[in-house]
Amino acid sequence: MRLTALAAAAILVAGVANANPVAPTDVAYDDSGAVAESLTGVAGDAANGAKVMTDRGKGNCVACHAVTALSDAPFHGTVAPTLDGVGGVRSEAELRGIVANAKMTFEGSVMPPFYKTTGFTRPGDGYTGKAAPADLAPILTAQEIEDVVAFLATLKD
Amino acid sequence: MKIKALTAVAALMLSAPMAFAEADEDQLIINGDVAMISKTAAAPHLEGALSEVISGWHFRDNETQAMQLDDFDNPGMVFVDLARDAWATAEGTEGKSCASCHGEPEAMAGVKAVYPKWNETAGEVRTLQMQMNDCRTTRMGAEAWKTDAKEALNMEALMAVVSRGMPMNVAIDGPAAETWAKGKEIYYTRYGQLELSCANCHEQNYGNYIRSDHLSQGQIEAFPAYRLKDAALVGVQSRFKGCVRDTRAETFSPGSPEFIALELYVASRGNGLSVEGPSVRN
Repeated sequence: MRLTALAAAAILVAGVANANPVAPTDVAYDDSGAVAESLTGVAGDAANGAKVMTDRGKGNCVACHAVTALSDAPFHGTVAPTLDGVGGVRSEAELRGIVANAKMTFEGSVMPPFYKTTGFTRPGDGYTGKAAPADLAPILTAQEIEDVVAFLATLKD
Repeated sequence: MKIKALTAVAALMLSAPMAFAEADEDQLIINGDVAMISKTAAAPHLEGALSEVISGWHFRDNETQAMQLDDFDNPGMVFVDLARDAWATAEGTEGKSCASCHGEPEAMAGVKAVYPKWNETAGEVRTLQMQMNDCRTTRMGAEAWKTDAKEALNMEALMAVVSRGMPMNVAIDGPAAETWAKGKEIYYTRYGQLELSCANCHEQNYGNYIRSDHLSQGQIEAFPAYRLKDAALVGVQSRFKGCVRDTRAETFSPGSPEFIALELYVASRGNGLSVEGPSVRN
């Protein structure tokens, strides 16, 4: 009985959190570009984060970054620094800020913003080449950002 | 081809993924005869941006490179032959062909190297395709070709072949300066949801890999290019469109004022490199 009640409570919490993630325009970056608060209130799923990082239609992080722990995915890029060990040198808040919008941490960074929906020059509708819809979605969902952050935090060496 | 060196580089990359894969040191000599300037000092207007300009040929793998070394292996050359036929074929209400006014295609040697170019009478910068269309509509009484239409690309490839080896020498001053500045602004603008400019990849990161894609300097002296991925000749502005699309942006259209300006600017970045088309790329 208790288990059922707990499970129900957990589903309720997850449901509420997912229904109200922090909107891309409401993300609170501190002066150094870090984001202390979770975007969803739901712990990130590192395994799914790894999937997002190698999926060409999602994060595709390995397009630019080499990650030894993701070496099953072919052709890691050399445009950006390796992410090996990043979880040992960056806090979760710093990682969240960089994944959401790296330019808040590194001015002029080549890295695309993964949780941003406004302020673009000629935004498109995905990779169609056509104009973006009025309700342009961020490249990753709030929970996918949390999942990626959870995976990055595991990269201790 | 430096197979051993490449193997060594590959081995290095396995152990150290950040190894920087520079443009290779191979020589681009077509048919064992025409030596191309495929690397040279950057033009003065690129000071602070690039010190050396490099043909995209140096960033391709050995198999792709080899296809361009011999015209019998270059799948783009069949389209040059088609253009030679079209050159001598009368079209339009005036019963004229290109040959009626210009003689042999070889009479156009050097033309490709200076386009896009300011046209005083029209008061605009024209790409080579625009100039060909002016001939077609004004002198031949024929229909204009659409930007990067097959016929236009074939003829542009023929114009490239008769200028092959000559260094690009696009004028950026005088009346072309305004269009050139507009093209430069576009080159450095970060478009789309990925917020990427031409420069982010092709100036800051040439030689690096984006997944399996080896980034070149994005030079256009080798267009039209026979792209293995498309199994067809590809025009500069169509390639621009693909690149802008890949930044998750609303693209500009081939033939638009923006892409004409960008073509002038990017062509000027290759000043000093040999006209190379039709090249082979992947």
